[in-house]
Amino acid sequence: MSSRLLDIVIKSLPKILIPGLKYTIPLTLVSFALGLLIAIIVAVTRVMKIKVLSWFFRFYVWVFRGTPMLVQLFIIFYGLPKIGLNIPRIPSAIIAFSLNVGAYASETIRGSVLAVSKSQTEGAIACGLTLWQSIVYIVLPQAIKNCVPALFNTFISLVKDTSLAANITIEEMFMATQRIVAVTYEPLVLYIEVAFIYLLFSTALSYLQKFAEGRLTYRTRKADAQ
Amino acid sequence: MIKLQGLYKSFGGKTILNGIDLEVSKGETVAVIGPSGAGKSTALRCINLLEKPDKGRLTIGEDSYDFEKITPKDILKIRQSTAMVFQNFSLYENKTALQNITLPLIKAKKYSKEKAIESALENLKAVGLLDRKDYYPSQLSGGQQQRVGIARALALKPEVILFDEPTSALDPEKVKDVLEIIKRISRERITSVIVTHELEFAMDVADKVVFLADGLVVEEGSPREVLKNPKDPRTLRFLGHFADKLEYVI
Ligand SMILES: Nc1ncnc2c1ncn2[C@@H]1O[C@H](COP(=O)(O)OP(=O)(O)OP(=O)(O)O)[C@@H](O)[C@H]1O
Ligand SMILES: [Mg+2]
Repeated sequence: MSSRLLDIVIKSLPKILIPGLKYTIPLTLVSFALGLLIAIIVAVTRVMKIKVLSWFFRFYVWVFRGTPMLVQLFIIFYGLPKIGLNIPRIPSAIIAFSLNVGAYASETIRGSVLAVSKSQTEGAIACGLTLWQSIVYIVLPQAIKNCVPALFNTFISLVKDTSLAANITIEEMFMATQRIVAVTYEPLVLYIEVAFIYLLFSTALSYLQKFAEGRLTYRTRKADAQ
Repeated sequence: MIKLQGLYKSFGGKTILNGIDLEVSKGETVAVIGPSGAGKSTALRCINLLEKPDKGRLTIGEDSYDFEKITPKDILKIRQSTAMVFQNFSLYENKTALQNITLPLIKAKKYSKEKAIESALENLKAVGLLDRKDYYPSQLSGGQQQRVGIARALALKPEVILFDEPTSALDPEKVKDVLEIIKRISRERITSVIVTHELEFAMDVADKVVFLADGLVVEEGSPREVLKNPKDPRTLRFLGHFADKLEYVI
């Protein structure tokens, strides 16, 4: 690598990393947290087959899983102002991302809730817990624990998908990189550099996943039991 | 006291329970026996509404309910005044032995945390598992899990404990421990209904034995009457040589 290239790579690093810390990471964390909340509500509503709401959520999942996220982002940010709904770019991105996470993760959680054995609910309601209590204290914790790996897939996808926010004028890492490329004409090294930073963020999440899985596993060791 | 009158239940058009009457006085232990598929579990699960009966009346203590007009509030009340010990234990997998007992005490009976823990420890001690209080179900043997299940039921201080074949999922050597605990419960005059295949155990602990077949109570009475001198041919056939063997046991 020539010293000019090395110089560009080093000088651009903070220029890419700072938008990463400012936009990519907060967008990812906030959207994922909201998305997870939406997913839990949707999953439970659908498992409990609550009328109307259940139907509505099915429609929501169908739409958000079946259309490109970029198109959703454009509809929210560029389309909705036409009917007087002006949503600033950051909230627009958060809405699109969290609704997307919500749609995907709700299916993951729903499957996982259905997989928790019926005897767990029966054990709870037979002791006088309400159905809701048994879902909140018994079924959901087990269901979510069982789908941690799948949820982290969605989480890691989201880190990468935040690059789409560049399309609605949010200066996240990818857009910052594009700007630098425009003045340095070094697309190869710079795009590899930003790819490397995404990889770094995703890898950090993989470690978080390992940690979360470890924390959530109620010891399964059979030893000591007589 | 609990009383079932004219209990009917069908699954998908197939009648399983065809008008069951069952009375359990306070402090009494009633054993329900019968061939596989007779509807014993279904009848027991109708008492706490894990299955929704088609027709019939249920009386628990002062309260009486018509199954056809039962409300969600009634159902909750019935479940809070009964407890069940399951064949497959049904312990909460995400909770320790101690938490398995405290959770329903705190959430359903509205105990304070301290009081719940105190009661849980007391009942774990009664089943000999104080040293396993922080173990998760997956770390306990079947027999230990069932003892936690029994401790959980006892802690609820219900009007009646419903046992559905509490030992049939256990290794033979663990069966004795669990039966011993149930026997003690019975001696403490805690009202119980026990569905069981352990006929000698029924003979030993039950105040009354009920024989269920084809969705009906075919025979009921003292253990001696039903197990030693069965009158109905179906009971005779089910008991096989058991009645003769009993001569030597007792
Ligand atoms: N949820 C259900 N849906 C359909 N049929 C059912 C259901 N539960 C039970 N049955 C049927 O009802 C009948 C009685 O079942 P039940 O489990 O009450 O029998 P049991 O007397 O407890 O038998 P066992 O001694 O084998 O436990 C069986 O024929 C069974 O197939
Ligand atoms: Mg049964």
